[in-house]
Amino acid sequence: MQQLNLLLTSLPDGILLGFVYGVAAMGLTLIWGVMNVINLAHGPIIALGMFSTFFIYIRFEINPYLGLIPVAIAGLLLGVVIYFTAVHRVINAPHLSSLLATFSVNMIIIGLGTAAFTTSPYNVDFNMGSFKLGATTILGTRVIAAVIAFLFTAGLYLFLYRTRPGKYIRAVTNNRDAAELMGVPSTRILALSFGLGTMLAAVSGALIATFFPFSILSGGGYELKSFVIGVLGGLGNPIGALFGGLILGVLEGVIPAFMNTSWVPVIEFGLFVVILLVRPNGLFGAKK
Amino acid sequence: MKNLRNHLGIILPIVVVLGLTIWPTITGSVSNRESSFTILKAIALASSLNILLGYTGYVSFGHIVFFGFGGYVGLYFVNDLGWSIWSGMLVGGISSGILAFLLGKAILRLRGAYFALATIGINEAMKAFINNFDLFGGPIGITLNFKVYKEYGGAAQALEMAFYVMAGLTFAALILSYIVRTSKFGLGLLAIRENEDAAEVMGVRAPDAKTWAYVLSAIIPGIVGVLFFFKNGNVEPHSAFPLHASIELLVMVMLGGQGTVLGPIIGAFAYQGMRGYLVTSDFFKDIQLAVSGVLLLMIILFIPSGAIGWLRQRIPALRKVLA
Repeated sequence: MQQLNLLLTSLPDGILLGFVYGVAAMGLTLIWGVMNVINLAHGPIIALGMFSTFFIYIRFEINPYLGLIPVAIAGLLLGVVIYFTAVHRVINAPHLSSLLATFSVNMIIIGLGTAAFTTSPYNVDFNMGSFKLGATTILGTRVIAAVIAFLFTAGLYLFLYRTRPGKYIRAVTNNRDAAELMGVPSTRILALSFGLGTMLAAVSGALIATFFPFSILSGGGYELKSFVIGVLGGLGNPIGALFGGLILGVLEGVIPAFMNTSWVPVIEFGLFVVILLVRPNGLFGAKK
Repeated sequence: MKNLRNHLGIILPIVVVLGLTIWPTITGSVSNRESSFTILKAIALASSLNILLGYTGYVSFGHIVFFGFGGYVGLYFVNDLGWSIWSGMLVGGISSGILAFLLGKAILRLRGAYFALATIGINEAMKAFINNFDLFGGPIGITLNFKVYKEYGGAAQALEMAFYVMAGLTFAALILSYIVRTSKFGLGLLAIRENEDAAEVMGVRAPDAKTWAYVLSAIIPGIVGVLFFFKNGNVEPHSAFPLHASIELLVMVMLGGQGTVLGPIIGAFAYQGMRGYLVTSDFFKDIQLAVSGVLLLMIILFIPSGAIGWLRQRIPALRKVLA
């Protein structure tokens, strides 16, 4: 009975968090799908998104949800800049080169961030009230974050399937050479995809900052979660990432009811390796 | 004599390691010995990673898992079961090798970035598991009982001894790397790196060769882990499985030139030297990570084959000396 109570209190939280995790993973998996690059700068960009919420809300006293618009635009531009400085030259090189190129971006952001903000934790004290659902208290910030995350997913879906640049992105994902022959400006599309990926990372960071404390180093944990989610939902399948995020959120909600919380990462990463081995295209991906 | 001339490539690596061993002995300074120890450890780990990364072409982001796992097992035997450090090192090396064999059977089927992701997952899963594993002290880890050092003539002597053992291990890592590089087995690995399917057609048993390369690259880190944590006095999950240390190893191999014997040595030396300079310099110390990042990016974009690889391409006459 006690376990059931615990489950009922932690499960809704897990599901709501899962939406936000899903957005972070969507950015990672979009970049992977389009250009076969694992973006190791993903975590620090999430952290930058967190800090942007802090400055927008604490310094300029603007509502953080309104602040998401400049954060998204800045994230898109940052991604395009990173693409042209670090990724473009190594896009056709072996994996190690692109991995290390994005990792050096990771070092640069964390280095500058540490100098500017130190590594001590920050906190955005932002309250949207709460409401009771049976025995459970649900925080308003988490519900709003989940709704916004869902809206971003829907927006990304419409963009990829209903607009011309979105169709170009899917064409480049399928076969870059063939897309180029059909007149798709592949360099611009790659830069746009990288920009979208970092935009999603920054937005998810901005949302996470409304309910968890953070430091410049906290992005790393969410980057690892994004890997797990990306593999759960199928690497290169951005919409699947939302479902992957929900699965991870549910796991994080369910496991603590049965065993110590410190077992959560063991199960998460164990599952991650097993799925990579058994179904490398993800739970929802087509079996090759 | 003729035989010797074929092995010119091993001379420079040996000179570097000997120099690093003798330098602190001559100057007699403990702080020199500590920096030398750090560089020797980096060389040993980077050279072992190079067997998998440079020769076989598999990018592992979790190589430090063998260092941490071996270190934990070895320290458990030394501290809790009262074994000597020598048998502890042996046990650590063997257990890392067995771990690599079992993991290799499973994950070496994955290629490219999927393999890299799996190694990250394994490192994190292992860290989280050890964190919950009561036999190894859970989140607190294992703290070495001070009495253990008595057997080796007290703590100061034990630390000095650890330095020379480290030098010996680095030497062993070099010889291993050189033997693999020049053997027929190593030729098979290089063929897998260039094109795995073609290598299989030409008669290389790729699954076996890859697994053994993985095992060979795991044993030395396991032994080094035992020695390092013995010298350190304690081991805990965060110091045993730091993901960034794995990536630093990749950077070292990349800096010097992957797939060469000398490359990881130069890379480890240069990386540790640069870090040491940046951290202590007044001007750079706040942004040292960013400066390292910019340097790394420059090297990847403009000299992707690393220092030794670049020299070998430019000056063919040096190829005999720079193996």
